[in-house]
Amino acid sequence: MTEFWMLTKEQAGSIFDRVRKFSSADEVEVLFSGGRFALTRFANNAIHQNVAEENHVISVRSIFSGRTARAVTNKFDEDSLRQVVVASETLSKVQHPDPDLLPMANAPEPAGVGHGGTPLVPSRYSKETAEITPEARAEGVGKIVGVAHRHSLTAAGVYSSGETFEGIFNSRGLSEWHTQTSAEVSITMLAADSSGWQKANSPDASKVDPLMLAEVAAKKAADSAQPRDIPAGKYTVILEPAAVLDIVGFMFGDYSGMAILDQRSFLTGRIGQKLFGENITIWDDVAHPLHSGSAFDGEGVRRRRIELVENGVVKRVVYARATAERMKRSEHKDKVGPIEATGHGFPLPNEMGEMPLNIVFAPVDNPQTVEQMIASTERGILVTRLWYIREVEPFEKMLTGMTRDGTFLVENGRVQAGVRNFRFNESLMHMLSNVEAMSQPVRSCGEESFDMVVPAMKVRDFNFTEVTKF
Amino acid sequence: MKYVANWALNAAAQRGTTYADVRVIAHRNRALTTKNGKVGSALDTESVGMNVRVIADGAWGFAASAELGRGAVEKTAVAAVAIARASARVKREDVRLAPEKPAVAEWSTPYKIDPFSVSVEQNIELLLQIDAELRAVSGITLAETNLNFNREEQWFLSSEGADIHQTKLSTGAGYAAYAFAGNEIQKRSYPNSFGGQWQNKGYELIQELDLVGNARRIAEEAVALHKADQCPEGKLDLILDSSQLGLQIHESVGHPIELDRVLGMEANFAGTSFLTMDKLRTLRYGSDLVNVVADARQEHGPGLGTFGFDDEGVEAQCTPIISNGLFTGYLSSRETAHTISLTRSGGTVRAEAWNRLPMIRMTNISLLPGEKPLTLEQLIASTEHAVLMQTNRSWSIDDKRYNFQFGCEIGWEIKHGKRVRVVKNPSYSGITTEFWNSLDAICSRDEWTLWGTPNCGKGQPQQVMGTGHGASPSRFRGIKVGSAFQGS
Repeated sequence: MTEFWMLTKEQAGSIFDRVRKFSSADEVEVLFSGGRFALTRFANNAIHQNVAEENHVISVRSIFSGRTARAVTNKFDEDSLRQVVVASETLSKVQHPDPDLLPMANAPEPAGVGHGGTPLVPSRYSKETAEITPEARAEGVGKIVGVAHRHSLTAAGVYSSGETFEGIFNSRGLSEWHTQTSAEVSITMLAADSSGWQKANSPDASKVDPLMLAEVAAKKAADSAQPRDIPAGKYTVILEPAAVLDIVGFMFGDYSGMAILDQRSFLTGRIGQKLFGENITIWDDVAHPLHSGSAFDGEGVRRRRIELVENGVVKRVVYARATAERMKRSEHKDKVGPIEATGHGFPLPNEMGEMPLNIVFAPVDNPQTVEQMIASTERGILVTRLWYIREVEPFEKMLTGMTRDGTFLVENGRVQAGVRNFRFNESLMHMLSNVEAMSQPVRSCGEESFDMVVPAMKVRDFNFTEVTKF
Repeated sequence: MKYVANWALNAAAQRGTTYADVRVIAHRNRALTTKNGKVGSALDTESVGMNVRVIADGAWGFAASAELGRGAVEKTAVAAVAIARASARVKREDVRLAPEKPAVAEWSTPYKIDPFSVSVEQNIELLLQIDAELRAVSGITLAETNLNFNREEQWFLSSEGADIHQTKLSTGAGYAAYAFAGNEIQKRSYPNSFGGQWQNKGYELIQELDLVGNARRIAEEAVALHKADQCPEGKLDLILDSSQLGLQIHESVGHPIELDRVLGMEANFAGTSFLTMDKLRTLRYGSDLVNVVADARQEHGPGLGTFGFDDEGVEAQCTPIISNGLFTGYLSSRETAHTISLTRSGGTVRAEAWNRLPMIRMTNISLLPGEKPLTLEQLIASTEHAVLMQTNRSWSIDDKRYNFQFGCEIGWEIKHGKRVRVVKNPSYSGITTEFWNSLDAICSRDEWTLWGTPNCGKGQPQQVMGTGHGASPSRFRGIKVGSAFQGS
C-alpha cells in the first residue's frame, strides 16, 4: 500500500485480515493510528517554523498461552506486516505467563444500549477543519500579528490543524474506529516587562477565534506591565480555567484501579472519604459535547460515564478489564466502590493500567464569572496560567509550579496591577477544599495537562512560597 | 536511501528553493519494563520516514512522510515548498544561514555489545532479578525496572552537497523502589530517577551499572525514609550528588543558553531566557570555579548529546559556556549564529524523529570537574553544616529560567564533617545566578559522571530529546533548603 491519505476502517480491516493470516498466535489484536497534522508557528511577529506530516502506525499484540507482547511499525508493505507479526510473536513467546492476562475483549454492544449505558459520542470530524491549508493558517497568523502591531506588542504562538484516526481490531471480532479533526491556536503577547496568553482548541476550527484570543492576550500583556513586587504568602487566588486544568490534571492518574493496587495513588485507603469541598463534583464523560476523543479504550472497550467525585466525596476509580478482575480479588475490594471495567484502559501490555481522560467538573448552582469573582475579592491574585508543575509529595498531592503570562493583584474588587510571578507549593486536597466560587465549566486547554471541561475557581489560602524576578 | 533524499532535493530545486535538506531515518526501539515481579511492557518499535526542509521566498517550510516511494517523496517536497511560500506571507526578514562547508561523512556510535543482540529472555531475567532484590526488603510496596535500547540510522543530504550517514545507538536502564506506609509514599531510584542512566553506548552500559548489586541498598533506603526526620528548613550549605547536579545544569544552564529561546522563538511554550544578549561575556554566571561546556564530541564521552554531525550537517563541537564563572557562549544554529556575530553554527540542532523539525537542543552540557583532587567524602569532611541531597524527585523552574525548586529522594544532614542523620523530603530553591555564584567546591574527575537525560521537552509540536550532563558532587553556600514544605 502506498500513498494513502487517511486510512479508512475498510482499509484497516483488510490489513487486519492480512495480519491474521500471518499470525500463529492464540489471539491477535491490531491497533491503528495516524493521520495528517500541520502546525504554523510564529514568534517575533513572523512565521518562523511551519511543518506538516503524514504518518500511519500499526501495532500488533499477540497472545500465546497467557503471554503477550507488542510490536509496532509504520511500514505497511507485505514484508513489513509479516515482520511486525513475527516480532510481536517472538517477543510474546519469551515472556513469563501472566496469570492476570485476560482473553482479548469481545465486540461491544452498540453504543447507547450497553451495560450501564455506554454513551453515544457525537461526530468529532469537521471536513472544513481537515481542509485548512498553510495559506489559511498564515492568514490567521497574519491577523494575530496585526493585533500585536496595533498594541505595540510582540506575538508568538501556534496555529495547528489536522485529522487523525485510531482503530482497533482483534481476532474475537472486535472492530472499533474513530476519526477526528483538530484545530488549535495558542498566543503569547510580549511587552517589555509583561506578557499575556490565551489558548483554545476544538475538533471544529470555526469554534476557535484567533482574533478574540489575540485581543485578550494583548490586553493581559498591557494590563500586567510594570509588575509590582509583592511578597509571597497565602492569598485568595482566582484561577482562570487553564490554570485550574493544569493543576488539577496532576491528580487524575491516581483515579485508577491499578494505582490503588500499586499503592501509588493518593486515593489508597481514601475512597469514600470526603477529600474536597462540598461544591466539587467530577465526572469522566467522553460523550460530553465539549470533549474530544474516541469512545473506546486501548482494548476496544467502550468508555463509560463515571462519577469520580460527588460533593467532595471520592466515589470510585476507573478500571481496565484485567485491573477490575485483580481488584475483585484484592484486599481493597470492599473499600473502593464499584469494581468493573469502565473503558479507560491503555493498550496492553502496560504498567499504568488505566486513567480517566475526559474530565468534566459539574456545574454549580450559583456560577460566577471571573469578573464577579474579582468584584467580590478584597485582596487576591488573578492567575492566567500555571507553568512547570511537578509533584512534590505524592500522598498529600502537593504540587509546585509557577504563575506565568498574566498575574495580577486584585484589591477592593478590582484588578490593580500586574505582579511578578510566584512559585506555589500547594496540596490539591487543600486547594479543592477551599474553593469559594466557580464559573460555568468550559472546554479548556493548557500545557501541563490534557484538555478538560473545567471552571474558573476562586480559592482561599493558596500557598505562594517565592517570587521570581519578572 | 540516498536516492530517496535526491528525489526530494530535485523536486525542491525544480520549484525555486534557495536551500533544501533531507533526512531519511530508520529508528528502532526495544522497551522492557517489569513491575512487582511481572513484565510490565514488552515493546519493539520501528519507524521509518523522511522529511524535507526548504527555504523558498526567504522563509522556511517543512514536510514529512512515512511513505518512501518516489511519488510520495516528491509530493512531500512540493508540500514543503508550498508551506515555505505560505510562511513568507508573514515574515520580517529572509532566513540567513551561516555558511557551512558541506560534509561528506560516515559516523557511528562506538559500542562493544549491540544491545539488540542480547536476548529478550536475558534482559527479562535481569529485570526480574533486580525486582526480586528490591521486593525482598520488607516494606517495599512497588518495584519498577526498565531497559531501553535505541538505534537510529540517518541519511542527511542537502542542496549544498552535504552527504552524511550516521548511526546512533543508545542504552538506558534503571529501577525504582516505593514504600507506602501511613500517609507517606517514599521512593528510591538507581542509578538515577525517571528511567535511570542513559548513554550512547551498547549493552556494556548495563554491565557497568551493577544494577543487581545496588538493589538491596536502594530498597532499604526507601523503607528507612519513613523513619527519617523531615529535611530542615532555612539557609544552609548544600551538597548535591552528581545526578541531581546534572539536572540542575540542565534546567538552569542548558535551557537558558538556547539561542532560539533568547531570541523569543520559544516564547509561547518553553519560554524565553534571562540570558539576554547583553549578558554575553559580561555576566558573572557563577563563581570562579564554574566551567561549563557544551560538548557534542565523542571525546567528551558517550552522552546522549554526543554525535558526529548535527541535523543541519554541522560537525560536533565544544563551545565554552561558562569560563571561570563568566558567561561566554550560547547554543546556536545556522539560522541564529549571525545574531551573536558567529560565522559558523555551534552545531547543536537536532530533531526527535523523521517527522519533526530540527531545532537547537542541548548537546552535552557539562560542569567540568574540579582540578584539585577532591572526593565526595573529603568534601563532606570539610563541611561544617549542610544537607547532602541525592537523586531528583521533582523539578520546576520559571519560564525565563530564574527561579527554580528541586526536590530529591533522600538527604543526609552533615555536621562537623560527618553525616549525622538521614532526612526525608529534601528540597531546595533559588535564583539561577545567585545559586551558581554560591558554588565553592567541586569534586574532581574521579567523581565525575556523564548523566543522560532522555526526556527533555521543547518545541511545538513538542519534541522529546536526550541530552548529556557531566557533573561531580559540588557544594553551594547559603542555599534556601526545605522550601517546598514552607507554609504547608
